[in-house]
Amino acid sequence: MTDTIPQADGHRWHDMGGAAAGEVPLADHDFALWEKRVDALMILCSAKGHFTVDGLRRALEDMPPSSFEELSYYERWIASVSQNLVEAGVLTTFEIGERMSAIRERGQTYGDAADG
Amino acid sequence: MPHDHHNHLSPSGHPFRADNDHPLSYWQTMEIAVRELLIEKGVTTAAEIARQIDAMDNRTPANGAAVVARAWTDPDFRAALQHDASVATSEMGFDIGPMKLIAVENTADLHNIVVCTLCSCYPRNLLGLPPDWYKSRAYRSRTVREPRRVLAEFGVTLPETTQIRVHDSTADMRYVVIPARPDGTDGWSTDDLAHLVTRDSMVGTGLPKSPDALA
Repeated sequence: MTDTIPQADGHRWHDMGGAAAGEVPLADHDFALWEKRVDALMILCSAKGHFTVDGLRRALEDMPPSSFEELSYYERWIASVSQNLVEAGVLTTFEIGERMSAIRERGQTYGDAADG
Repeated sequence: MPHDHHNHLSPSGHPFRADNDHPLSYWQTMEIAVRELLIEKGVTTAAEIARQIDAMDNRTPANGAAVVARAWTDPDFRAALQHDASVATSEMGFDIGPMKLIAVENTADLHNIVVCTLCSCYPRNLLGLPPDWYKSRAYRSRTVREPRRVLAEFGVTLPETTQIRVHDSTADMRYVVIPARPDGTDGWSTDDLAHLVTRDSMVGTGLPKSPDALA
């Protein structure tokens, strides 16, 4: 997948201005609650000084190019938000992993597994 | 699938996002985990997150439309907007925070279009969250290279004599397009004019509605 992604010479993958690409996909979607929550967590954590938008961007840009095709926008964001919170010492990878396992036991849909 | 939304649209006219029907995903699980841990550690509260989402939902292109319509009818405001759009829009209650906002005006000979080639930077205080296409590889890549072709895909064909100016946003600097006031709107109220201003016309991928649309 990575090999097929066009990139402008000498630019990292996220710096895609000027590269060749297909038609603009005009379909849009309503943001799901979990996506809005990711956005809210980013705004709140940066407002409280735990990390900055530059930190968010750094982790996004350090992802492999294939992540742009394989993950959705807010999937990439929650990955970056959690990485930044770990780097800032707010959370640990252990407690995130442990909590994710516990959440999976609660149910099979987002509504069942999330509180509210 | 427990619910089949294939033939149903949401109240906003968009399809329901497919993953509302899907099993809990890895990344959704991570969102729940991070949110719960942040609340337990006292970094934030459930109420604060809910308020943030409410504020997000309340920022819609109607904010930007109010700014544009005022710029069309109030010369002093238009001058203030050109001088410092961050301050001028903040004084209308649409605070952009520490970021710099630049308002770029379309004229008979000039059309402006906004992109963020590096990411998804967007004047959220005036337009809300960016649409999916604004964040797409195609829009980010091609707008700076072949804006006329991109505009054609949005149904906008401009005369060859119209200059097209592309603005690339950054994390710290956002742009909003002030489209040209449509002909045939002399004497219109600011509120009526605002109804002609679409989201896409403020990104530059569209034009305002024709006055006939409200007739």
